[in-house]
Amino acid sequence: MTDLLGAYRPGRSVLHRIPAGPKLGLLATYGAIAVALHGPASAVVLLVVSLALTLVAGMPVRRTLRQVRGLLVLAVVVAAFQTWQRGWPVAVHVVGDLLALVLAALVFTATTPVDDVLTAVERGLRPFRRLGVRPERVALAFSLVLRAIPGILETARETRAAAKARGLERSPRALLVPLAVRTVGRAYETGDALAARGLGDD
Amino acid sequence: MIELDQAAVTVETTDGPLVVLEPTTLTLDEPRVAVVGANGSGKSTLARLLNGLVEPTSGHVRVGGLDTVDEGPAVRRRVGFVFTNPDAQLVMPTCLEDVALSLRRTVRDKAARRARALEVLASVGLEAKADTSVHALSGGQKQMLALAGVLATDPDVLVADEPTTLLDLRNTRLVADRLLSLRQQLVLVTHDLDLAVRCDRALVVDAARVVFDGDPAEAVAHYRALVAAP
Ligand SMILES: Nc1ncnc2c1ncn2[C@@H]1O[C@H](COP(=O)(O)OP(=O)(O)OP(=O)(O)O)[C@@H](O)[C@H]1O
Ligand SMILES: [Mg+2]
Repeated sequence: MTDLLGAYRPGRSVLHRIPAGPKLGLLATYGAIAVALHGPASAVVLLVVSLALTLVAGMPVRRTLRQVRGLLVLAVVVAAFQTWQRGWPVAVHVVGDLLALVLAALVFTATTPVDDVLTAVERGLRPFRRLGVRPERVALAFSLVLRAIPGILETARETRAAAKARGLERSPRALLVPLAVRTVGRAYETGDALAARGLGDD
Repeated sequence: MIELDQAAVTVETTDGPLVVLEPTTLTLDEPRVAVVGANGSGKSTLARLLNGLVEPTSGHVRVGGLDTVDEGPAVRRRVGFVFTNPDAQLVMPTCLEDVALSLRRTVRDKAARRARALEVLASVGLEAKADTSVHALSGGQKQMLALAGVLATDPDVLVADEPTTLLDLRNTRLVADRLLSLRQQLVLVTHDLDLAVRCDRALVVDAARVVFDGDPAEAVAHYRALVAAP
């Protein structure tokens, strides 16, 4: 699960060739469409479209499945809950949209080098510089968020192992408090490391 | 050249002010300076002073004539810093991307940036890992990559705070050999006394003070005596 996001796979597909900026725009539009459309039918269509995109991008099916394995478990739980609470059409709609969007995001990261994303975000935000926005910083923050997710998952796994070693795996406190402390501690360390590389000073 | 001029650090704690570093005056111009001392003695504080991550509460710290408080960004461009935990220092998905991140400011052209990043990776023996995920590296390789990320900014001084503490013997050797062979001035905080004696000068820090400053072998003897004393 550590490579849930951010793993670029070089290739020559159409999707690889769309420049990062427009591609980010397309991803946002796709998300907006998913939010705007309602009902199970549209969710299924979006899911099929997303799956097709992973194939167009040349992403191996097995690897993609492995990346979303954790999410599939969550999806089943959500689907069961929604079916019970609000009926199956809502369940299909919610879970279909969720998976479709995550897959679309995976397609984006698999076909776009981070360096290009940074440049695109910087360029896109340049007009806002006059309003006090610092494009380099926002771009850096953007990529850090992408990078932080696998890091936090890794920390969660370590924390759970540590709690288990002390027979505390059922205590939410023994899991959440150290997770929060470590995540914040690590964020500080990363901040220091970035400052020491002269990033964020601009 | 690094100068501390009556530099002191005090932090506010819930129990009132705590002196973390007593006023310290030093000039470091040897190529390789080691800093040793017990846990909590103030080594990291001293190290962090050198690139402005910690600001002196009184006195001054200057690197190459630049004040770390007044000219923070310029000092940080000049002073690289390697931390203990390589995981916290790596922020991009692949090795090449991580090094390229350091170059974004200085090398505008993408192809040139990639070429330069490959050169820097090669300088730490990681050229074959360019497109490898940073998660897939060993601890020693991660620390080498963190070093590459710093070397890419082309600093004049490198400060390393226990860079080998999390590494096994073999990786400690690799990382230490690389650090000690840098053309940059090196300030190395370490608990590894074998490394300390390979430097040109060593400081012993104890209870927020530099209690010995001089020949590394003598410094190590001094430190051992301190620990042995009741
Ligand atoms: N911001 C702070 N707030 C409170 N206490 C601090 C702060 N910074 C440092 N200290 C305290 O100052 C002392 C020296 O810390 P420092 O990190 O410099 O020690 P060190 O010699 O690097 O130790 P170690 O070998 O464990 O890394 C410690 O007792 C530490 O708890
Ligand atoms: Mg320390």
